Parts: sequence; structure tokens; C-alpha cells
Amino acid sequence: MALITDYLVQGSQMLLLLLLAPLLTGLIRAFKAQLLRRRGPSPLQPYRDLSKLLRKEVILADSASWLFRVAPYLIFAAIWVAASLVPTFASGLLFNWTADLIAIVALLGTARFFLALAGLDVGTSFGGIGSSREMMIASLAEPAMLMMVFTLSLLAGTTELSAVARFMLTADVGLRVSLGLALIALMMVAIAENARVPVDNPATHLELTMVHEAMVLEYSGRHLALIELAASLKLLLYLSLLGCIFAPWGMATAGDGFWAYLLGVAIYLGKLALGGLLLAVFETSIAKMRVFRVDQFMGAALMLGLLGTLLLFVSRSL
Amino acid sequence: MLLPLLLSLLLILVAASIYAVAATHQPDCSRRIYGITLAVTTVALGTALTHLLTAPAPEMLTLPLGLPWLGAHFRLDALSAFFLIVVNLGGAVASLFALGYGQHEKAPERVLPFFPAFLAGMNLVLLADDAYAFLFCWELMSLTSWALVMAHHQEPANVRAGYLYLVMACFGTLALLLAFGLLAGTSGGYDFATIRAGTVTPGFAGLVLALALLGAGSKAGLVPLHVWLPLAHPAAPSHVSALMSGVMTKVAVYGFIRIVFDLLGEPVLWWWGGVVLALGGITAVLGVLYALMQHDLKRLLAYHTVENIGIIFIGLGLALAFQANQMYASAALALTAALFHVLNHSLFKSLLFLGTGAVLTATGERDMERLGGLIHPMPWTALAFLIGAAAISALPPLNGFVSEWLTFQAILISPELPQWLLKFLVPAIGAALALSAALAAACFVKAFGITFLGRPRSPAAAQAQETDRYSLAALFTLAALCLLAGILPGLVVDGLAPVVGLLNGGARLTAQHSQPWLTLVPIVDVKSSYNGLLVLLFMALSGTGAAFLIHRLASNKSRRGPPWDCGFPDANPAFQYTASSFAQPIRRVFGSVVFQARERIFMPPPGDLRPARLEVKLRDPVWEHGYAPIAAAVVALSGRFNHFQYLTIRRYLSLVFGVLVLLLLGMALWR
Repeated sequence: MALITDYLVQGSQMLLLLLLAPLLTGLIRAFKAQLLRRRGPSPLQPYRDLSKLLRKEVILADSASWLFRVAPYLIFAAIWVAASLVPTFASGLLFNWTADLIAIVALLGTARFFLALAGLDVGTSFGGIGSSREMMIASLAEPAMLMMVFTLSLLAGTTELSAVARFMLTADVGLRVSLGLALIALMMVAIAENARVPVDNPATHLELTMVHEAMVLEYSGRHLALIELAASLKLLLYLSLLGCIFAPWGMATAGDGFWAYLLGVAIYLGKLALGGLLLAVFETSIAKMRVFRVDQFMGAALMLGLLGTLLLFVSRSL
Repeated sequence: MLLPLLLSLLLILVAASIYAVAATHQPDCSRRIYGITLAVTTVALGTALTHLLTAPAPEMLTLPLGLPWLGAHFRLDALSAFFLIVVNLGGAVASLFALGYGQHEKAPERVLPFFPAFLAGMNLVLLADDAYAFLFCWELMSLTSWALVMAHHQEPANVRAGYLYLVMACFGTLALLLAFGLLAGTSGGYDFATIRAGTVTPGFAGLVLALALLGAGSKAGLVPLHVWLPLAHPAAPSHVSALMSGVMTKVAVYGFIRIVFDLLGEPVLWWWGGVVLALGGITAVLGVLYALMQHDLKRLLAYHTVENIGIIFIGLGLALAFQANQMYASAALALTAALFHVLNHSLFKSLLFLGTGAVLTATGERDMERLGGLIHPMPWTALAFLIGAAAISALPPLNGFVSEWLTFQAILISPELPQWLLKFLVPAIGAALALSAALAAACFVKAFGITFLGRPRSPAAAQAQETDRYSLAALFTLAALCLLAGILPGLVVDGLAPVVGLLNGGARLTAQHSQPWLTLVPIVDVKSSYNGLLVLLFMALSGTGAAFLIHRLASNKSRRGPPWDCGFPDANPAFQYTASSFAQPIRRVFGSVVFQARERIFMPPPGDLRPARLEVKLRDPVWEHGYAPIAAAVVALSGRFNHFQYLTIRRYLSLVFGVLVLLLLGMALWR
């Protein structure tokens, strides 16, 4: 019986993520529109877009291969699995030990690998430019993320995310320099990985500055829907990660019962809304930077992460 | 009783070599030779596997060969059994591949006699149990592989590669010879049992470590001793490249482990680990950066071998540092990570080189700038190559990720190390490892994407055809092993446990096979866990589930059309991204410092009909600052000594006399 409940909670968390992801994207767009004094579409617009795309037929380029058709499903699967390994409203769920934080980073790497390949598949110049720049950004963002992971796991003594979240709730965390550095590094990585301003602009379609949108330019119909959904899930993943590591308050633990879970969900929704609002404010207050300044931005994130790790190697109390 | 069986198997290989010399002009000689090597290596693989899994006491054998007062000692223990598995697995798959690939060889008489001997040489190095036999077999391995590198000697680039390889191999063997000399000491006990029993002073031990690093490192491709590797490995036929890159570098790693962890024994100083760690970190990052700058597919893979050797040495360095501080449980983790990566790299690097061989047969090209779109005519080769590329980029749920994960876990338990220098070094090495993993993914997006995806960039690529079934069988054997090692890492770690115990004073990781769902939990207190099987299962379920639901409930229609490309599709394949343009952002970010990459654009004035040109200049820091000055010094010195060739007999005799007096004087003073 307990096992069945565990499966149910795990399953409902995965479904919750899938349902919430487009809403979060829509909400951020709505916040941004408000900040720019536009009316903007309703936060539910991404759902409508997705359902429209899902029902349309796919137009494949003549030179597209089987990889191009398989990649959207692979990308979606990898990101969904990664997202459902992050504790959202409750920690210590049934399969949380399946993969630790390093594996979550690597799963996102798997998704990126196939997305970049899909960008190269049709053989157009736009796809190539997107893939090449994405891999350049990732080559700095991924180590920065891993350094952040190192900082956390040196503190918590493990790379397992549920245990990290539980550790962050205990009293012996306190204010630490290394945690502050890790927080900044993680936020910088989150901005770069989700193709947000100032690294990339999620709203452009025809400028040479684009990275993510250039890779998916040839996609249409259900394939595009999956890739859009995966992108929303990735944003949700990063906000959940920030929430579960740096604001783990109000998270239920496994076996707490229905009402505790419900309270956890409500608090989780609040955290997401707050995170979305902050992201929208940040994005509207800053301009996009040139592609070849992104490496300095990401290099700074890497150095911050490394510094945090180094501090902890020197002393556990920093 | 397994050791005599192994030795007699190797005798068959030597006999096959001799037979190949005699029968090289018979039409199906190639098929016979590769059939023999396939059978022999498969049996040897089974034998080694039996030894490792049953883990009996080491077997020893002395044959009346070699030096009359020494004999040839052979020994089979867990360490040699593990490396025998690596060698013979690689050998078997390469032989299987060559059953088909070898048919296209233009000069079989230059390949067939050396191939079985090369395999025998590598096997014998692993079994040798005295310094003489070790060095003899090491040289046999070097020379036969040199002959294979020179198989296509009409090309000047190959001759240069062969020459450089020969020089570096001699240098490496010299270093090993000196290392064994120091180990044996003045008593001259050259069999490994005597060396193991003896003790070496810490100063000499440090020197032995340095010499082992030089000797084994030059064969494995540690920076800055790697220069020959990216030239020599691609020059050989592809199945030999696979063996050299995937397997021979591992024999070098074996040499290092045997000397430093086994023969040198206890007196471990902490800074040894630091030196090995630093070298490993530099090797990993520089190797992958070099690889990213290449557009010759085989050379890219060879440079990438350098990176992976760096990762292995990071694990070994950590293990040394832990052992120096008596932290044997942590050392077990680091050693397991290094050995796991040895196995993994032999799997996916062989796979990638064999895949390149299939491309080479189909198109005659290995320059990525002239390939493209091969996924359409060669879908199966493309799938196998893709699995290899994903595995080497450390992507879950494949095997490359597991060994990198274990290395990361070993790094994360190292703040316990008391030495301050290590405290600063280890996080930097962790960052280097993370950086090299991310750059490796970029490198293999480039390698696979430019070669197999897009549209063909040359007629040869457009007219390619799928490779033969032997080659495909070889490719998919390796791809399946990459997947299996990735989803069942616990079983591999358990298999490695006796090896780790042997090198680590008995300490090993806890048994993994009893964990629920075969989860990998290397250190129970730390609780960090990874389960490749479940990750694969979840991904498969959600991916196929999504596909099923969408096709059922939404839409499953699709239509072909011209590419969109923002409204400007161009039919000319030259408009695609190339290997160089793909690497341009990374070249600009990293290469401008490391390689002093400079871009120059030549734009003719209006009215001038010459095309615009973009020139990229890269400088190799290691060659320019390390090897070029040495080469210049050698040339200058030999120029000075040149007139010694034209002396009269009187002067020669007086020279001999003078040297003799000098030596005797030296002896007298020494006493």
C-alpha cells in the first residue's frame, strides 16, 4: 500500500511538472508584458500554442534524417526525467536516488547534445550557427554548474539532491560565503541555459544573435511542440532547483500525508511565481549582450563556482 | 592452469605472423589471418575473464628463454587479467571488423604479418614478470605497431609520423629501462618478485615515478609527450588505429600502474599524487582543445585519446594522494574510477575509430570538410558512431558518464586530504575535468554532426554505401557493450574489485550487486547514488509514451518539403556550417590564449575579382616551446660533431685511449 502511494506521489509530481511548465513560461511572458506596459497574451497562451502545434502536420526538410525525427522525443524525455528528479513540493520521493545532481546536469547535457545535432541535421547555415554557439556557451556553463554542484555537495556531504535539500533546512547551514557564490553562479548558469536575456533572447526569430531559436528553426508541428515543451520544462527545472536548494522551506518529506503534500504544492507554486516575477524584472532591466561577451559572463560564473569550491576545500566553515 | 593456456594462445599468434609472411599473396590470406586472431583473442578474453571473476591466487611460470641466468618469468594476476580483457576484447573486435575491412587493404603484405605479432606483443607485456621480458615485449609491441604505422609509407606524412613515433618510443623505453635499473638496485634482481620484496629509498622512488611517467606517459600520450600520437595513430589502417588508440595506450597505463602501484610498493609520498594529478588535468583540457581544432576525423579521435588518458591519470593521481595519507577507502574509489575509464575508453574509442574506418572505406575521405550527410547512405554505421560519440561525451545513460561520475565522487571526498597544496590543486583539477567533459561534447557534436549530418560536401560523400556486415557486427558489439557498461555499472565495479584490492592493500569498494535495482552506491555513508538502468527505463518510457500518445491523439501526418532556413534556403552544400566554422566560437574563446589563434580576413577591393579569404593561424605551444628547440639543438650539436667522421686512424685511436683513461679514472674515484 505504501509503495503504491509512493508511486502515485512520484507519478503525480511528474505530471504536475508537465502541466505547470507552459504556465510558467506564459506567466513570465505576461509579467514581462506588464512591465513593458503592453497588454500581452494571457498566461494560458502557451497551452493554446502547444495544442495547435500538436494537431498540425509536420513538414520535414528534404535532407532531414531519422535523427531529426527522433531527437524531439529524446530531448523531451531527457529533460522530463531530469526535471522529475528535482524535488519540487516534497523531498525523498521514491526514485529520487535514481540520479544525483551530477547526473541531472549530465541529462541536460544529453538533451543539449541531441538538440545541437538536430540543428546540424538539415544542413542549413542557421542551424549550424545555433548549434555551434550553443556548444560554446555550454562548454562554459556546464563546468560552472558542476562547480556549483561541488560546492553544495561538499557542504551537504552528498550529491543526492533530496539529501542536499534536507541539509539546507537544518540549522548548521547558516550564512556562508561559498553558498552565496554558488547561488550567483547557479543563477547565471540558469539564465544562459534557458536562453534568456542577456545571453540569448527567447523572443527573437530573425536576428543573428539567436542561439536556441536558430537550432530549432526547421522544426514544425508536433516536433516543435515537444521542443517548446522541453524548453519550458527546463526553465521549470532550474527554478525548482533554485527553490529546492536555496529556499527549501515548506517542502514536505516523503510519507507526510495528503495535506502536507497539498501545502507543499501551494508553497511550491508561490516560489515559482516569485521566481518568474524576478526573472521577468531582471530580463526587462538588462540589454542583450554580444555573443562574444557571453564567454566572459559564463567565465565569471565558472570562477565563482570554483571559488566557492576552493573555499570549502580550505575550510568547511566558509 | 590458465597461464600456460594464454601463453600457448600467444604462440599461435606468433605462428600466424610467420604464416602471413609466407602466404601473403594467397587470395584469402587476409581472411584466414583475421579469423585466427579473432578466434585466439576470443579464447584469451574468456580465459582472462575466468581468472578475474574466480579470482584465484596469481599463477606464475618461468620459461628458459631470454637471459640465461634470468629466464623469462610470466605471471597472471587480477591486474594483468583485467588489462588482458581490455586488450583481447579490442583485439577480437578489431579482427572481426578487419574480416570485412581488410579486403580493401591495398598492401596486405605490410599489414598481415605484423597484426598478430602486435596483438601478441601487447598480451605479453601484460604477462611479463621480469624487467627483461617486460622491456622485450614492450619493444615488440612498439616495433610491430611502428611497422603498421608505416604500412602506407608512400605518403610523406606517414613517414614523418613513423619517424617521430620511433624516436618517442625509444625515449620511452630508455626511461623505463632506467626505472627498472633503479628498482633492481645494485643487487640486480630483475624479476618482479625480487623487486617487490626489496625497498627503495624515497629519493630513488621519486626518480622511478618520474621515469615511469616519462616512459609509460610517452606511450600513453600524456602532455607534453603526446606529440607523436595524433600523427602516428591515424596513419595506420583503421582497425590498427583502433587498437593503438583504444588498447595500446591502456597497455602503457598498465605499465605505469604496475611500476608505481605494485613494484614500488609502500613508500608513497603525497606530492607524487599531486604531480600525476596536475599532469592529468593539463592533459585532459589540452587534449580536448587540440581535438576541437582538428578537421581530420582520425586525428580528432587521436587527440581525444590524449584527453581520456588525462582523465585516467587524474584518477590514478587521486589514488596516489589518498594512499599517501592512508585513506585506502577513498583510494579504492579513485582507482575504480580510473580502471573503469580504462575499460570505457577502450570500448568507445575502438568503436569510433572503426566507424571512421567504415567511412574511409565508403568515401575514401577522412577530412570532415569533404564529408557530410552520411547518415542517409550509412544509417547503421551512423547509429553505432552516434552511440560511441554520446558515450565518449559522458552522456547518461551510457558508460562514459559512469566513470566520470566516479571520478567526480572521488574528487568530492578529497577535502579530507591534509596537504594544503592538494587542497588547492584538487578543486582546480575538478574544474578542468568538468571543462574537458563539456568540451568533449562540443567536439563530438562537431565530429558526428559534420560527418554524418547535413548534406554531402563532396561527390565521394554523396555516393557512399553502407559498410559490410562484419564491420557492422564489430561496431554494434562495441555499441552494445557501451550501453551495457552504462546501465549495469555495479557489475563492472564488482568485477574491478579484485584489481583494486590488489593495488590498494586489500581495500576495495563494497559489493554493488546487492544494492536494490543495481544502483551504484560507491561509498555507503556518502549516499550519492546513480542508477543508469532506471534512467534509461524512464527515458525510454517517457519518450515512447509521448510518441505513442501524440501519434494516437494528436497528429501523425508529415510531409517533405524544401528546408525553411528563414526563407533563404540555398541549394549549395557549401553554405552549410563546416568543421572549422563549427569550432570558430570555441577557437575564439579558448584558442586565442592556448594556441594564439589569429584570424585574418583578406577582402579584395571593389572591382578586384579575387575571392575573399579567411585565414586562421594556430600555433602549437608544446611543439614550439618544447620540441622545436630540442630538435634545433640536436641538429646544431650533430653539425658540430660532424667533423669527427673525417679523422685519421691515429686520432681515432687517441680518442679511444683518452676515453678509456677517463673512464678508468672515474672508476678509481668512484671506489
